[in-house]
Amino acid sequence: MLRYVVRRLLGVIPTLFVLSFLLYVWLRSLPGGPATALLGDKATPEKIAALNKTLGLDQPLWVQYGKFVGRVFTGDFGSSLASSRPVISELADALPATIELSAAALLFAIVLGIPLGYLSAKRRGGYFDNSTVIATLVGVAVPVFFLGYVLKQWFAVDLGWLPPSGRITAGMDQTKITGFLILDGIMTREWDVVWDAIRHLILPAITLGTIPLAVIVRITRASVLDVLNEDYVRTAEAKGLRARTIRSRHVLRNALLPVSTTIGLQAGLLLAGAVLTEKVFVWGGIGSLLAEGIEKRDYPRLQALILVAALTYVLVNLLVDLSYALIDPRVRVR
Amino acid sequence: MAACAKSERGEGGEGDSNATLTIAGTGKPKNFDPIFNDDGESFRPARQIYDTLIQNKAGTADLEPALATKWDVSPDGKEITFTLREGVKFQDGSAFNAAAVCFNFDRWFNMKGAAAQSQMIYYADTFSGFAKNETDSAGDPIYKSCTAKDDKTAVVALNKFRGALPAALTLTAFSISSPDALKKYDADKVTQSGDSFTYSSYATEHPTGTGPYKFEKYDAASGTTTLVRNDDYWGEKAKTAKLVIRTIETETARKQELEAGSVDIIDFPAAQDWKGLESKGMKVEVRPAFNILYLGMNEKNPKLKDLRVRQAIAYAINRDQLVKTKFPEGAEVAKEFMPSTLSGYADDVTQYNYDPAKAKSLLAAAGASNLTLKFYYPTEVTRPYMPDPKAIFTSIAADLTAVGIKITPVARPWNGGYKDDIQQAGKQDLHLLGWTGDYNDAYNFVGTFFGREKPEFGFTDKTAFAQIAAADAEPDADKRKADYEQVNKDLVGKYLPAVPISHSPPAIATAGNIDGLVASPLTDERFFTVTKKS
Repeated sequence: MLRYVVRRLLGVIPTLFVLSFLLYVWLRSLPGGPATALLGDKATPEKIAALNKTLGLDQPLWVQYGKFVGRVFTGDFGSSLASSRPVISELADALPATIELSAAALLFAIVLGIPLGYLSAKRRGGYFDNSTVIATLVGVAVPVFFLGYVLKQWFAVDLGWLPPSGRITAGMDQTKITGFLILDGIMTREWDVVWDAIRHLILPAITLGTIPLAVIVRITRASVLDVLNEDYVRTAEAKGLRARTIRSRHVLRNALLPVSTTIGLQAGLLLAGAVLTEKVFVWGGIGSLLAEGIEKRDYPRLQALILVAALTYVLVNLLVDLSYALIDPRVRVR
Repeated sequence: MAACAKSERGEGGEGDSNATLTIAGTGKPKNFDPIFNDDGESFRPARQIYDTLIQNKAGTADLEPALATKWDVSPDGKEITFTLREGVKFQDGSAFNAAAVCFNFDRWFNMKGAAAQSQMIYYADTFSGFAKNETDSAGDPIYKSCTAKDDKTAVVALNKFRGALPAALTLTAFSISSPDALKKYDADKVTQSGDSFTYSSYATEHPTGTGPYKFEKYDAASGTTTLVRNDDYWGEKAKTAKLVIRTIETETARKQELEAGSVDIIDFPAAQDWKGLESKGMKVEVRPAFNILYLGMNEKNPKLKDLRVRQAIAYAINRDQLVKTKFPEGAEVAKEFMPSTLSGYADDVTQYNYDPAKAKSLLAAAGASNLTLKFYYPTEVTRPYMPDPKAIFTSIAADLTAVGIKITPVARPWNGGYKDDIQQAGKQDLHLLGWTGDYNDAYNFVGTFFGREKPEFGFTDKTAFAQIAAADAEPDADKRKADYEQVNKDLVGKYLPAVPISHSPPAIATAGNIDGLVASPLTDERFFTVTKKS
């Protein structure tokens, strides 16, 4: 098992290398550059040329890339051009925000999705099943930013039930330990912070969680339906096992295997949705960093971010593979 | 609209002095050391933390005393004597005096390091070179020395007269910092690592000025700055205990935020939302327009080199109609390339009233009846002077097509090639661009655009360049005014390197319980006069 994990991790290195190079070339082939974006409306060609020279952007691409790789090996990802802060500290600030949001979205999707999918399968063809299937179609089809906008307009602006954006009410005093607001609030017993952070989390988590929710419902439903038709379920029923035992030991356990794959894939895809959700809800996480980075052609930030995203994706895939082993003993034997 | 907002000003009575005032800006500040910045979002918090020697009178672009109660310019314009306000303290408790002023001037002039100097856009613009230039574009320094004659008298000597001074000293970039804090937090240590910069902790965590609010903290992830009232402020104390400046990039999100009551003031609401906000009880303060939108015409194209063709284009555009339909209330058709409030604005410039027949005959006379032009316009962006680039483009393109000019539209993202194509490569025949002025001086407009050769216009007339330079170098105020009036007349009548289109007013909106905000034409709002009723 350990050797398997190590081998998988080592396999990541060439992937990241190739990716970083493609990324480097691609970023710099985009029209417009950081100097133009950073200097704003008052930029003159002289100022742009001067800044490009200062930044070393007038050198050949391979020289720049070589220097970049050299710096990365010393752990230096450089500073963001837009904020002048080290990219590493930007990431350290933004990562908890995105993880908190993604975790909440995923939790929302799983906690709601698996029971809905299961019930839908059990009541196949009924009113509940049909409406669930239609709802999931809608859920997948609605663009994230539109859903976010509508939820915000209804629940924050019109009804005033929830805050429209941000992670916490502006100006609220709060002790920062890990950067995870809810966790920090619990650790310091600042219950008003915890409550405030949860209220801020609800709308974006629903927005971001809607697509994974719909996907999980459908996969669970299909998978449960498959399992219900299996011989061993019929056998179990025939030999008079209690319905509850059949449900938990035979049906759900076997049905969850494809569901866990889906959850893993959805977790990897969350970042894409997070870019839009974070923009709508002014979340200040990785998604916001990425969006602003592209807008400002912030090369150092984008390079670091995309490498981190790629690494995350690879790690999530690894976790999914490992979770197979936990759910299905046969995988462990192989 | 503006008048109605004005009448409510100041009548709101006392607000809650413990309140937190929350303002939504459009982007994150870069850092809090004003000298390294040139953008409005970095200046917004800096304006609350710092004072300048001279400031703009609230709601106008006129000069008024700030840290200096008086300033005298010598007849040759090479010496400015500042009489300083007494009893002023920096937020760290140290005294504000002439030595502190000179410390700041000397600091700017002696700044070392390519990273530092390439970030000092306004300094380089105003004072040209440094003690030791690190970039090729810096010229001979204008600044010579600063002498503290006594505690309350600082004399700034210049190597040559510069028309923009002293008005340029109202720029937030020239805010006065506490010398103690600058030294303590190593403010000049701007370092470059690879292709990026890092700033000292002065710029990121310890900005120290004399202003009505003190810096408390900045949350970089969300771009939220928190300031608290400076109880030792020399002027009228701030009316709210806390000031929070948030970054909310999109117009829609800012509007929703104001409606939900989670912010009190939003900057740059979209013009189409003004009426809706007012009908919901919000106030929309329309700033006087201190900007210009123009249609650039690139003379690199030989056809456009012919003045008659450029004039034909000017006659062909129905600017009255355009401004009425595509711009917010209060927008005006521009006659020349600067707002009428500036000294040097000429009342009697050549008028190009809408006249398609005349346009056609001019084109025919120039042998350019079958003209095809590449017309560039930006996407993914609105600017205060350009609320809806695509709509403006469409309207102008239709007018030009109507007189027989074929238009090839080229749409480019603002940061994704538009500015590069226009300002560096000069690929366009026609394009839309403009800007908002920085301070009360004609050069800031006409000099910036037409003071020298630029790929943007392909305008190469050396006499015009010399004429503008001479106006800027004229120390006698009356003579300078006359010079600039002539410059404006010639630019519109004789050279016409672009067609001035419009001056349009950007707005700032507040919740109904907010009073005392004075909107500034330079977007130079200071929030300490603002009250919030609970």
